[in-house]
Amino acid sequence: MNIAEMTALELGRKIRDGELTAPGAVQSVLDEIKKKDGNINAYITVTEAEALARAEEVQLKIDAGEYKDSPLAGVPVAIKDNISTKGIKTSCASKILGDFKPPYNATVIDKLSQAGAVIIGKLNMDEFAMGSTGETSYYGETKNPWNTDRVTGGSSSGAAAAVAACEAPYALGSDTGGSIRQPASFCGVTGMKPTYGMVSRYGLIAYASSLDQIGPVAKDAADCAAILDVICGKDEMDGTSLDAECGGFLSGLSGDVGGLRIGVPKQCFGDGLGSEVKEAVLSVAETLKAGGASVQEFEMPIIDYAVPTYYIIAAAEASSNLSRFDGVKYGFRADDFEDLTDLYLKTRSEGFGNEVKRRILLGTFALSTGYYDAYYKKALRVKALIKKAFDEAYQKFDVILFPAAPTTAPKLGSSLSDPLKMYLSDIYTVSVNLAGLPGISVPCGFDKNGLPIGAQLVGAPLSDAKILNAAYSYQKVTEHHKKAAERFGKGAE
Amino acid sequence: MAWETVMGLEVHVELATKSKIFCSCTTEFGGEPNTHCCPVCTGMPGTLPVANRQVVNYAMKAGIALNCEITRYNKFDRKNYFYPDLPKAYQISQLYLPICRNGRVPIETETGVKKEIRIHEIHMEEDAGKLIHDDFNDVTKCDYNRCGVPLIEIVSEPDFRSAEEVIAYLTKLKSTLEYLGVSDCKMQEGSMRADVNLSVRQVGAEEFGTRTEMKNLNSFKAIAKAINYETKRQIDVLERGGRVIQETRRWDDNKDKSYAMRSKENAQDYRYFPEPDIPPIEIDDQWYSDIKNSLPELADAKKIRYMEQYNLPEYDADMITSQKALADFFEATTDICNNPKEVSNWIMGELMRKLSDEAVEAKDMKLTPASLAKLIELVEKKTINRNKAKEIFGVAFKEELDVEKYVKDNNLEQVSDEGMVLDIVKKVIASNQKAVDDYNSGNKKAIGFLMGQCMKELKGKGDPGVVNKLLSSELNNQ
Amino acid sequence: MEITRDMVEYVAELSRLKISEAEEESVRRGLGEIIGYMDILNNIDTEGVEAMSHAFAVKNVLRDDVVKQSADRSELLANAPVSDDEAFIVPKTVE
Repeated sequence: MNIAEMTALELGRKIRDGELTAPGAVQSVLDEIKKKDGNINAYITVTEAEALARAEEVQLKIDAGEYKDSPLAGVPVAIKDNISTKGIKTSCASKILGDFKPPYNATVIDKLSQAGAVIIGKLNMDEFAMGSTGETSYYGETKNPWNTDRVTGGSSSGAAAAVAACEAPYALGSDTGGSIRQPASFCGVTGMKPTYGMVSRYGLIAYASSLDQIGPVAKDAADCAAILDVICGKDEMDGTSLDAECGGFLSGLSGDVGGLRIGVPKQCFGDGLGSEVKEAVLSVAETLKAGGASVQEFEMPIIDYAVPTYYIIAAAEASSNLSRFDGVKYGFRADDFEDLTDLYLKTRSEGFGNEVKRRILLGTFALSTGYYDAYYKKALRVKALIKKAFDEAYQKFDVILFPAAPTTAPKLGSSLSDPLKMYLSDIYTVSVNLAGLPGISVPCGFDKNGLPIGAQLVGAPLSDAKILNAAYSYQKVTEHHKKAAERFGKGAE
Repeated sequence: MAWETVMGLEVHVELATKSKIFCSCTTEFGGEPNTHCCPVCTGMPGTLPVANRQVVNYAMKAGIALNCEITRYNKFDRKNYFYPDLPKAYQISQLYLPICRNGRVPIETETGVKKEIRIHEIHMEEDAGKLIHDDFNDVTKCDYNRCGVPLIEIVSEPDFRSAEEVIAYLTKLKSTLEYLGVSDCKMQEGSMRADVNLSVRQVGAEEFGTRTEMKNLNSFKAIAKAINYETKRQIDVLERGGRVIQETRRWDDNKDKSYAMRSKENAQDYRYFPEPDIPPIEIDDQWYSDIKNSLPELADAKKIRYMEQYNLPEYDADMITSQKALADFFEATTDICNNPKEVSNWIMGELMRKLSDEAVEAKDMKLTPASLAKLIELVEKKTINRNKAKEIFGVAFKEELDVEKYVKDNNLEQVSDEGMVLDIVKKVIASNQKAVDDYNSGNKKAIGFLMGQCMKELKGKGDPGVVNKLLSSELNNQ
Repeated sequence: MEITRDMVEYVAELSRLKISEAEEESVRRGLGEIIGYMDILNNIDTEGVEAMSHAFAVKNVLRDDVVKQSADRSELLANAPVSDDEAFIVPKTVE
């Protein structure tokens, strides 16, 4: 097996066992990037020199006996470009951030460093994580490795594509309304959004603060567990990070799903869901049932209101979060302005792309005098009802099964002209963020065009270990998650 | 036509915490531009606020002392607007659930008007930065050192009818907040800032007139002047048949006039919404009572106690308790010398005069309780006389002084030795025949002149009682 | 809910976004369609439901009042489009 095919844990084990070296692993991944990324466009920045130097440093420590308990030491990792990396360009795939180099690391970056990870580059994404296709990036769209006429999904487009194309053993993405889980499903990889607050958001450039969460994109659930072990935990720099037990996710994977109660919400398997997707997603329930889980359908009508609720709340927060990009402190500043107001107007109008502007306008509207109660406050009330519906469901179930998306990856250029249609395709992912729940997307089959299908396992708050174990159990007896590496990782040498 | 002025106040007070409200940078005043800053308070992308517990404690203390109801379930909200002094383009403040509501502040003006001012609310928020205008290069520089310094905004009801009431209220606020130790309330450094909302209406009218908001009022004097100016301006406008425009006006203290600030193109729409980065703050009974019990004795209670415990006249008790520094000084001095009446007399007389003559704030003075206590003791023991004590007081006011040593070193002890005094008395009588004759011919006042001559001979150190006694008996025995 | 051009202009101005005459109509229609869709929330009875701004009942996450070293000024200014050695610089702005 060559390096590109290995999971992060396999690669880490071989590095610690001395079969491979960290610099060797980095070089191998760099080679993959060079070979493929011109076509895929998963990366905005590749930090070749820094990564090689860092790998040497990590290797010395491994040789000295350090990192014994760090299964990911020496393994390269790629980071979505909305996660701050000290001294490394962090652009959110927007013109407005220019060549912004943060003078600080996101907390997750410091945690990765402590675990001996080697950052290999920054990944493409929808601009400011706003988009469901990967096409709103200022740096051009990312292409789906399975079919480069297709989108990767979004907004963690680069993360899903890089892992699928074996241009990175694993990646960190962010998920505000499905931005990890949906592209993971389109690209045939495993992606997880942890419980809100499980991972510090410090250094994650905010889209919608109450919904954003950083999470892993990887080849399988075991890798996700190992990554979550590294990045989770209370952070004094993030007041919304949870003071909860965390860690032990990897060691907790038993593969045993005996007695696991799986709920299947009827509303999510009706009209609007392609039959191939439906069949593949429901097969996950059958597989887990064979492993001892129970499966039961239930009603969750409120889910139909998740998309408008999500877009009002996310856009409102975004309109505020993105106000700081004004051409004063960092990033792009327009030329030829008459005065301060003109500087603001020109900088922001030239610096933001259309989708970002649309959401800023929408959010500003929802918060403005006269509309706050009817839109923003109404959405917060519906959010409470959605949360309540989940709370009730988790009285009866351990895990709820959803599709990750209504379809497989659409063609490039087919979505942007109709934003509302794009928003509606987020139907299965956004409610999870509204309720703060952990969700994991696992490959569960392919459509007739050979495009991957993803299923989503969603748990109660703080049941991250449970959904990881369910996904792990599923992947122990299925092969869908291995197809990407088999197809894109072979012949690397 | 008779007009009435109606005013409400919005007072911003900087809290005396060590660190900022949402990050750990220092709140210290001054400093080179942008040196008390970090990625959080300069609004760098990806950074997050974490609230300072002490800010909540201080806001609660202020609220309890101003007789407010404390909101047990608090949230912060974002107030969105673009301006270069606000790096995040939103200010974290409180709109929906301010920490204090419905307070009352009893005031008494200089002319003796007593009334109660109602507090609408007190909320916590962060300060903005400072813009420095560089006329030479025609640019504006942004200094974010003040960004994130904690503030409370105390919003009153429109209960004021005169500048005197406003000043009395601000004096009371200042005193209370200083007692609490939650702010140093220095208007010149901007740690206490008052915006005045003012309208006029005809006496007897029920409706309020259109109001203007005045900013940049940096002293009590400026506030009084600005109020009088704006009252007159509005009355002029109305009497000429015009309409007052609702606007924000900036007071120019050099020109003694206010002018309308360039109005924002849009009516302000701040799009407040709950700050998602800061979890709610819930004040339980324990927290509330811990803070309530930690409140020091405030001016009103102290005044009553001084009158009862020390028998001070109301006027004296009122003056001394009006400033925390004076009250602290009074109590510390009394603790040492156990002579409250004398301490009060010295404070009301010499000290007040000195503070006013030298334009020194009580909290900044050099005089120590030990010095005054020693002076009082030495006068009491007749080691020095009162006049010498006043001279020494003048020195001790300016520098820290070991009073006893100073008296010895400068040989200032009172002369009470009867033999020595008698010699001087005889000498003075012998050399001032005219005054002695005046005295003998019935002009008893002449003794005053002779006393003065004796004291002069004694270099001011004579014991007045002894001199008086010996001089009288000598004159009468002639 | 009908979105008018006045509303688009108002919201754009609050957002500090410039929308050209040419774009205005398409922006109005686009926003109108999305906001129109959001109106389906009116089908849901939320009478008596508390607005939920934070999904979890986390509360009182507070720091102690301790001063830590501020950042190096040159690092804070390094990304500024225009600055001198001590401050961020904007066009002359006087209220």
